[in-house]
Amino acid sequence: MTNDITRLSASDLASALRSKTITSVEATQAHLDRIAAVDGDLHAFLHVSSDEALATAAEVDAKRAGGEELHPLAGVPIAVKDVVVTKGLPTTAGSKILERWIPPYDATLVERIKAAGLPILGKTNMDEFAMGSSTEHSAFGNTKNPWDLDRIPGGSGGGSAAAVAGFEAPLAIGTDTGGSIRQPGAVTGTVGVKPTYGGVSRYGLIAMASSLDQAGPVTRTVLDAALLHELIGGHDPHDSTSINEPVPGVVAAARQGAKGDLKGLRVGVVKELSGEGYQAGVSARFDESLEQLRALGAEVVEVSCPSFAYALDAYYLIMPAEASSNLAKFDGMRFGLRVEPADGPVTAERVMGATRGAGFGDEVKRRVILGTYALSAGYYDAYYGSAQKVRTLIQRDFAAAFERADVLVSPTAPTTAFKFGEKLDDPLAMYLNDVATIPANLAGVPGMSLPNGLSDDGLPVGFQILAPAKADDRLYRVGAALEAALESSWGGPILNKAPELKTTELAR
Amino acid sequence: MSTISRDEVARVAALARIDLRPDEVTRLAGELDVIVESVARVSEVATADVPATSHPLPLTNVFRDDVPEPALPVQDVLAGAPQQENGRFAVPQILGEE
Amino acid sequence: MTAATTTDLVAYEDAVRRYDPVLGIEVHVELGTLTKMFCAAEVAYGGEPNTQVTPVSLGLPGALPVVNGKAVEYAIRIGLALNCTIAESCRFARKNYFYPDVPKNFQTSQYDEPIAFDGWIDIELDDGEVFRVEIERAHMEEDAGKNTHVGGATGRIQGAEYSLVDYNRAGIPLVEIVTRPIEGAGERAPEVARAYVQTLRDIFRSLDVSEARMERGNVRADVNLSLRPTPESPLGTRTETKNVNSFRSIERAVRYEVSRQAGVLDAGLPVIQETRHFHEEDGTTSSGRVKSDAEDYRYFPEPDLVPVAPSREWVEEIRATLPEMPVARRRRLQKEWGYADAEMRDVVNAGAVELIEATIAAGTSAAGARKWWMGELARRAKQDEITLEDLVVTPAQIAQLQGLIESGRINDKIARQVLEGVLAGEGDPEAVVVSRGLEIVSDDGALLTAIDDALAAQPDIVEKVRGGNQGPVGAIIGAVMKATKGQADAKRVRELVLDRIGS
Repeated sequence: MTNDITRLSASDLASALRSKTITSVEATQAHLDRIAAVDGDLHAFLHVSSDEALATAAEVDAKRAGGEELHPLAGVPIAVKDVVVTKGLPTTAGSKILERWIPPYDATLVERIKAAGLPILGKTNMDEFAMGSSTEHSAFGNTKNPWDLDRIPGGSGGGSAAAVAGFEAPLAIGTDTGGSIRQPGAVTGTVGVKPTYGGVSRYGLIAMASSLDQAGPVTRTVLDAALLHELIGGHDPHDSTSINEPVPGVVAAARQGAKGDLKGLRVGVVKELSGEGYQAGVSARFDESLEQLRALGAEVVEVSCPSFAYALDAYYLIMPAEASSNLAKFDGMRFGLRVEPADGPVTAERVMGATRGAGFGDEVKRRVILGTYALSAGYYDAYYGSAQKVRTLIQRDFAAAFERADVLVSPTAPTTAFKFGEKLDDPLAMYLNDVATIPANLAGVPGMSLPNGLSDDGLPVGFQILAPAKADDRLYRVGAALEAALESSWGGPILNKAPELKTTELAR
Repeated sequence: MSTISRDEVARVAALARIDLRPDEVTRLAGELDVIVESVARVSEVATADVPATSHPLPLTNVFRDDVPEPALPVQDVLAGAPQQENGRFAVPQILGEE
Repeated sequence: MTAATTTDLVAYEDAVRRYDPVLGIEVHVELGTLTKMFCAAEVAYGGEPNTQVTPVSLGLPGALPVVNGKAVEYAIRIGLALNCTIAESCRFARKNYFYPDVPKNFQTSQYDEPIAFDGWIDIELDDGEVFRVEIERAHMEEDAGKNTHVGGATGRIQGAEYSLVDYNRAGIPLVEIVTRPIEGAGERAPEVARAYVQTLRDIFRSLDVSEARMERGNVRADVNLSLRPTPESPLGTRTETKNVNSFRSIERAVRYEVSRQAGVLDAGLPVIQETRHFHEEDGTTSSGRVKSDAEDYRYFPEPDLVPVAPSREWVEEIRATLPEMPVARRRRLQKEWGYADAEMRDVVNAGAVELIEATIAAGTSAAGARKWWMGELARRAKQDEITLEDLVVTPAQIAQLQGLIESGRINDKIARQVLEGVLAGEGDPEAVVVSRGLEIVSDDGALLTAIDDALAAQPDIVEKVRGGNQGPVGAIIGAVMKATKGQADAKRVRELVLDRIGS
């Protein structure tokens, strides 16, 4: 059963709500029904908060009926990645160590979502503590790719991407430390944006790597991403790294871009992010998209960012180092799982060790051990210190490239969605998924992935756009222009090409 | 042949307070070589004349006014506690430093 | 490894004759801000457990720190008072170690970039000699929570079955002040250590950055000590005696460590680099944890915070508001008050400088103020085992009390009874005098009646006095005082008696 409401973009749904053609309760219920129908297969959600969502929806409907001024997205349901703390709703970050933990406070972005009246449908699955590129590292089972249930939905935000791609939610929140919004977007045919570092508050995001983490929108259209970006973005005094400036005009840029005029825009193709290692279909779609951009009036130039070659290495020194410290608080003393050692004395020290040994999965242990090693006495300068120098070099490369181009582009991921288990035992192969997305995190610049076609295997391919720090609006202008051109060539959104999901009859 | 010994992994695991099974120690000893290789590559370009970047955006002096805000209600503070007693978190006996 | 070395103690005087002690002192001071270092939880002494925490100070997942600007200002004040250079830019760092009272399992501190460094402070020893202590650095950090050990006999960590943790203290802003090795103190090392911490305490108070109450743990000292054969020898291995929390204990701990280490060295053994605990009961120290390379804090710059870069204008603004430093101020006050060196020293050691100053400001003479605070009030405080400032009497009340004496409304003896009433919470001296009916009988009529009665009772005395022997007058005065229950002004009685006899 296909429900029309769930096929609407957030923007169209918002219009329908405003014109009172449908109510938020209807819209929310439609999505809850869809979740009930398909999530048994997809497993995008770790927790569905039906009652709370419907209560919010009813409240918004009542306010609208009373003629109150509402946020443009009021009443549009949303899914939230389980790494974001939600007061009163379970928040696990995909880890056994937080199973059954109920946070006593809301992340800033959740406060904003609640204040704007968006019903929260539930919490989406993810790689444990956002460590992974396939969601296979979730302690609570795999999320399936709606395009092919045998394949990964990307990661770490596979749940949010699959929920949006599978029409379980029109909007979702993701977080991106090395590509966890953009890579799932690419492999599920959805739009994902990592804003400029500091553009969206990190307060209430369970941290992996503090200097790299950034929350952002996961949607099916560029305009929807802009609407959500505008809602969750902006200064937060609870986050010292938050940018104290207004959010760039992303919605206006998306609307302008959709008109399809990119005359005068310089698009830089990053030489180092293409060619070898990129699937043929991925490269072909990328080249076609460049043609589209030229056709829209853009000038395409090649830029070189030689230090990007070291980005992955620097990332795999900085990220585990920060994560090892950020994850130290999960020790079984104040919240979450507590495990006593099987034998021997029960001391705080030994309970911490047993709790972390039992509560963390393989990938988390790997990264915490790696990061602890990198920070331990005698190694700091060579490891963390050197990696931070590479960050400087990458920033310089970006600065030079942005002298010559207004935006930079590349394929988002080297391949389309791979099969479950294919790379699970090969961390290096898994890490290579992030090769094109990581430089943006290291430099703090914003990046977007949007679908730009299907590869030879019939699976979606993602196109990445990068802009200078605080110029997030450029992503939306270029993204919306390309999206409009591509959709007109396809005759509709790419997700129309996705196979219908098997639905379970509702027992409601 | 891994560069990082099992003993080294065990030392780091103790520092990180993670109990590892022997098979995990062995596996990690092999996998941690990736970091050694990364370091080798990074050190090619991370020369003395390159300054380190710790924050993506160069902000300074982000301060808060010294004005109290409400504390978490104590029942919320303790809600997640694995064990509690008289408004405090109960933790296993602590050995070592006082 | 931690087994106690059981060598004999060497008598202190002998030890310092043969070894040169070198000190290093780390002082932590809790800043008197209204909120914590990195979150807006209110700081108030003595709150119910875990009622002064936010997601930040509880280290909940997702919480982020934001620096308290007032704490930075206070740290700069301290740095400037210690003649330090204030960093143009500095950072916070994470000190990673697992411990249940550290909610994030790392302490946010400063490591390679402290806010203040390279300073010095002159301290005054008991005999007035000035000793300069060089300051290596002063940095900002946060306090840990408090563990209460349950089970086991002593409430100490050893033998406890489990512990209870209160995070109210977690996140309170601290400034840690680290000296360079303090050399040249010789046999006066214990006194130097004590005087240094005392001077810092006074500075914190005069800067108004902390209540600086030792007994509340606002100021905590860790004392490093090492011995070497001669002042020319390289530094010896040091021990760190943790949390020595009274001035007297600091002196005792240093003395003990000198004697103990001398014994170890005399026995040809190495001093073990370790943390030691001081025991108030017997003035000894005992081995704590052995400091080794295993202590690996994995410091790295705190990525959740941005650098602190105090503008030079701000630093100068703060410098302009610095009060006079205690040693200079003490010299000035001593001169103003006309106290002898020994008197001033006693006043300082009794912690009475501010109290006397306030009493004088309320109108009492310097001598009068000293008489009270160093006399009756000191006796009271000692008797109740509290500090002078903990007595429930204010300098203004003492000034009023002295005023009553000087105006002749009460005498010294009555004044003690009035003080009694003030301490019992009966109100100001004026009120106590009225409510207890202690006003001196200065009505001459009433006095003369009593005098006439006394003279009539002892006619022989009248004769003697008239004969030129004034000695026995005292007996008459005594009788009058007795008759007026001590509420007569003795001076006036004497005048009236002589006048009566002479007439």
